[in-house]
Amino acid sequence: MKPMSVEPAAIAQPAPAELALSGSWTARGIGAIEHQLESVQVPSTPEAIADGARIEALDTSGAWVLQKLLLRLRGEGRVVTLRGLRPEFARLLDIVAQHVADQADQPAPVASPSPTALARVGQSTEAAFEQTAALLGFVGESAVALATCVAHPARFRWRPVLYNIRSAGFDALPIVGLLSFLLGIVVAYQGADQLRQYGANIFVADLVGLSMLREFAPLITAIIIAGRSGSAYAAQIGTMAVTEEIDAMRTIGIAPLELLVLPKIIALVIALPLLTVFADVLGVYGGMIMARAQLGVGFGEFLDRFVKSVSMTSFMIGIGKAPVFAAIIVVIGCFQGFRTEGGADSVGRQTTRSVVQSIFLVVVADALFSVAFSALGI
Amino acid sequence: MPSEAHTIEAVIDIRKVSTRFGDYVVHSEISLEVRRGEIFALIGGSGSGKSTLLREMILLQRPDSGSIRVLGVDLQNLGDDDALALRQRWGVMFQQGGLFGSLTVTENIGWPLREHTALDDALIDQIAAWKLAMTGLEPEVGAQYPSELSGGMMKRAALARALALDPELLFLDEPTAGLDPDSAGGIDELVRKLRDLFGLTILMITHDLDLLWQVADRVAVLAEGKVQGIGSMSELSHMDNPAIRRFFDGPRGRAAQQQEKQQAEAQSGGKLGRPSWKRK
Repeated sequence: MKPMSVEPAAIAQPAPAELALSGSWTARGIGAIEHQLESVQVPSTPEAIADGARIEALDTSGAWVLQKLLLRLRGEGRVVTLRGLRPEFARLLDIVAQHVADQADQPAPVASPSPTALARVGQSTEAAFEQTAALLGFVGESAVALATCVAHPARFRWRPVLYNIRSAGFDALPIVGLLSFLLGIVVAYQGADQLRQYGANIFVADLVGLSMLREFAPLITAIIIAGRSGSAYAAQIGTMAVTEEIDAMRTIGIAPLELLVLPKIIALVIALPLLTVFADVLGVYGGMIMARAQLGVGFGEFLDRFVKSVSMTSFMIGIGKAPVFAAIIVVIGCFQGFRTEGGADSVGRQTTRSVVQSIFLVVVADALFSVAFSALGI
Repeated sequence: MPSEAHTIEAVIDIRKVSTRFGDYVVHSEISLEVRRGEIFALIGGSGSGKSTLLREMILLQRPDSGSIRVLGVDLQNLGDDDALALRQRWGVMFQQGGLFGSLTVTENIGWPLREHTALDDALIDQIAAWKLAMTGLEPEVGAQYPSELSGGMMKRAALARALALDPELLFLDEPTAGLDPDSAGGIDELVRKLRDLFGLTILMITHDLDLLWQVADRVAVLAEGKVQGIGSMSELSHMDNPAIRRFFDGPRGRAAQQQEKQQAEAQSGGKLGRPSWKRK
């Protein structure tokens, strides 16, 4: 069975009722004649001979194919004698014959028919409802866990909170700062042309200040953190679920929600507003640089106008959204992590879902805030 | 079946293999030989380097010095093509199964065939279904994913995949660890059946005393970076080396030995049985 010297299997028909088999009837050698075998026909004589004397190697795959061929020829009511086969090959063929017969006896496992389009719509609707219900359940459980913690503050774990503030907050400063700085530049640059046409150069401070503080800074920060930390939460908890760490926690008597979810929520509710402030500062700074370069508005003038036009309310509106976004990101990330079951595949899927869903929900929440604020007139 | 001339041929030939992790010496000049058609077991305490030796034999790791020949091929300085050809001649069953989570069991078993042969998909599925049946699994299992399987089913499916290309040599890492006595007994029988039917050479790492007594032809005891003794279990049981004695003098060791004796007296070469009371 040395694969180095595979001489492919061959079948010849020296006489109408005689088949000459030769070569390596192995998994590697049989591929060449597999289709030829299906078309081998023997005239309708009552007897036929298959000569296996020149078969050099036979493995289970080859024996399987050979047995299938013999069965087909015999099935046409003919006696087929296989002769000349080496004794060890004959033994193998006997074993295979047994299994081929067994497999023929057993009805092939019924392949479940692929669902129709309507059924698929139904299934995904059902899955969506199930997921929403489960998410609500998870939110409820987290709220209960939070309430328990408030009732027993001594039980609360502060160390993971601090750790999470560092990993999700402090470590994210460079990327959040860089992106909001660039965003400030873009906003000022896009506005510059329009403002210059009306000679309203100084209003660049209004444009940059309001848009960054109210919308862009909280949103870009939340999106970065959803991609950066939300995915990490899902992957961490998902892997723990796969390796039974979550179950182990439960058996030891530690509530996984208390240990894994609450510190993350509290940490991000603290860290995200702070990150948003940082994003505000760098975004406005980016705008200032662009204002000076494109519109000739100096830093002094810019800040002067900025203080007059941007109220404290605008700043607070932006900061106020951040804790809500933080809660969304943590809850979705952890929820998807806990829903992981099976293996590596599932961890990847849930992580993707957590990022997509948390960004989606953050944007939806932002839109709802806008509607609410305009209704309230602030 | 191998002819008589082949029986003495060494399928695995390990000579003076040394391995170090930093300053820690895992193997110091280990030599051993596995013959064609035998069931060979490697035993030793945790950290004795059994798994490392196995990984070195299957080209996942290189020893620091010494030579390993598997199926007559020297693993040192092996080219990529030769390594690929060699890998197709052995099958490996990992301790955790190593089944691909994104494929069904049938796809897992058929994958080596799909990769390395020109066979038709339908035929590959049939062969995979047969290998599945050969390892004692129900046909329905084929459509399931590895995450849905129990530990014993997972091991059997992994074994079926290791057998996909009809290897000449089979490596089993802890084939019975974590199984209930009944499933473990099934694996005992399966391993023997495979050797008898296909003339496979089997090398396994195990701590399962029943498997050792009833299935293994020869056993090598690894400890302190050296082979402390090689022989059948009954030969080993008469050796005085303390590293070997540990396997026989514990309560479980004695029980397994007793059981083997009783069985040998009661029936010579009959069916295998495991004491049903024994905890795994």
